[in-house]
Amino acid sequence: MKTSLQSALLILVILVMPCAALAADAMAVSSAELINNARQYDGKTVTYEGEVIGEAMPRGGYAWLNVSDGLNAIGVWVKREMARDIAHTGSYRAKGDWVAVTGVFNRACPMHGGDLDIHAFELRRIGTGRIIKQRLNITKRNLSLVLLGLLCLVLILRPSKRS
Amino acid sequence: MILRPTLEDIRSIGYYLGKVVIGLGLTMLIPIALGLAFKEFNPVLDFIIAIEIALLFGLLLVKLCATDKDLNWMQGMIVVSLSWLAAMLLGAIPFYLSGHWNSFLDACFDAMSGFATTGLTLAQDIDHFSYTHNFWRHLTMFIGGQGIVIIALSFFVKGLSGAFKMYVGEARDEKVLPNVIHTARFIWTVGIVYLTLGTLSLGLAGILGGMRPVNAFFHGACIFMTAFDTGGFAPQSQSILYYHSLTFELVTVSIMLLGAINFKLHYHLWTGNRREILKNLETVALFISIAAIFFVVAVGLDRSAAYPQLVMLFRKGFYQLISGHSGTGFMTIYARQFINEWGSLALVGMISAMALGGATCSTTGGIKMLRLGLILKALKQDLKRIILPEKAVVVERYHHIKEAFLEDKQVRSAFLITLSYLALYFLGALIGMFFGYPFLDSLFESTSAAANVGLSCGITNVNMPAALKVTYMMQMWAGRLEFMSVFTLFGFIIAAVKGK
Repeated sequence: MKTSLQSALLILVILVMPCAALAADAMAVSSAELINNARQYDGKTVTYEGEVIGEAMPRGGYAWLNVSDGLNAIGVWVKREMARDIAHTGSYRAKGDWVAVTGVFNRACPMHGGDLDIHAFELRRIGTGRIIKQRLNITKRNLSLVLLGLLCLVLILRPSKRS
Repeated sequence: MILRPTLEDIRSIGYYLGKVVIGLGLTMLIPIALGLAFKEFNPVLDFIIAIEIALLFGLLLVKLCATDKDLNWMQGMIVVSLSWLAAMLLGAIPFYLSGHWNSFLDACFDAMSGFATTGLTLAQDIDHFSYTHNFWRHLTMFIGGQGIVIIALSFFVKGLSGAFKMYVGEARDEKVLPNVIHTARFIWTVGIVYLTLGTLSLGLAGILGGMRPVNAFFHGACIFMTAFDTGGFAPQSQSILYYHSLTFELVTVSIMLLGAINFKLHYHLWTGNRREILKNLETVALFISIAAIFFVVAVGLDRSAAYPQLVMLFRKGFYQLISGHSGTGFMTIYARQFINEWGSLALVGMISAMALGGATCSTTGGIKMLRLGLILKALKQDLKRIILPEKAVVVERYHHIKEAFLEDKQVRSAFLITLSYLALYFLGALIGMFFGYPFLDSLFESTSAAANVGLSCGITNVNMPAALKVTYMMQMWAGRLEFMSVFTLFGFIIAAVKGK
């Protein structure tokens, strides 16, 4: 009897877990929604998704991550070990990791001088970033060569001086 | 009778414009060197193309319009106003080629915003900018703040009396040193010494805040250039909020205040005359204005319950106020928070701060403190005239570098420029309202553009109407040059069409 109850519970947990994760994903709020309705979300637990941009900035046992959903970037205060999972941060050379952050949203954070931020208690990497390979743009190179030729022609032009 | 401009006028204008354009083109060697150091070859190509176009255009003008004649006042003013338009077009080329701007108009908007030290931006995906392009954004502000024409004066135009006419045309009517070329070089020397110190301070603040040293010093140099030249661009899309650092905020506030004071005052500080700062009418007016407007902003923030603690209210309110008053435009809040959370009273305080600006002969925009001081002195003088007996001789004195008597001529000039600025602010607001934006939002954004501030309440974005983009560009241009050279250019065009 006990074994069958445990099995039933296990099945229930297995079934519910993905649903809960999906629900959390579905509840992810955009930066625009958070900024425009900051009073409404103030102090509430939110899930926010975006690309980690710039660099992780460690501060003692914690770190700042700036996470951009494409419209705005929001500062996320995380435990330092959570930031260690971040492999790539967005810059010219890299597409940053895409993360889902769950934490308390602060319209004016009392701990950080009134900043609008999220204090995360969970950070999941839902997309891995990558290094962006840059190939030389041949059209631009050719255009610069043509312009160089024109410039040489102008350099040998005699000035039409009148005093 | 209006006289049509002569061919000689056009030759002189073309020749000096060509020199300024060559000077501007050569400044692009700096991002090219940086791009090579960071191995960013495609961005380097963008700048090679831009420099080639600038040199082609500049050399053609110099060769086709070669002349020995010096500039007269009208020609000097026109060279300046055209130089700024040329800078906008040339500066926009690497922006547009980078693919981070949706159109060439948007790239021109940011180039004008950069050179005019405004800080409003239409750039896309700033967080993925190359070091090369990002540095150029900030360098445009340093070049524009120090003075586009001053570059040409310093390096290409030696010993000409016409140099002074261009210098004045760029809204710098005070000579720090007797010789205008020496003044230009002094302004650059001051800028470069402060750049070194500022970059070190901000770089160290960045390292303490957890940034990698290369990034910390790169951001330090960029932020210094835009703080000292009261520009407002920042390397990341979140502006100063990206750093989440009180130290960073304190250093930038100090640099913004340094940028907001008169270059002549810098000279006195450098030569050990520190008492001047306490006696100077302009500095006194600036500090009184900051205190008075902060009171208004603080009451406004308190009423709207924007910040639950006094420390937060001070940190956010004071930072935004100094940023607005100095015409910088750095933000530690999001644009929409101004409208959604700050309330009308705090917003009106911010608009007033932006409208008034900093000191004359600095990189700030707006009406400026000396004019405000002179107008208030004139008001005091008139009140005295009413109160005192008719036969009393009422004389008003003021101290600005030296003791002086208030003259009607100065007051008239101060009033005219003030009225022109007010008209420009309201005209921009009217056009914003025409496109459906609320009055306070429109006035905020218009004042920010015309006073070369760069704070935004959210109107400035890629989707705003093209006509509004052009309006803000014109406001930035006219506001930065303080009207005279822009009016002269319009007069020149009218004379060319209607003159005999």
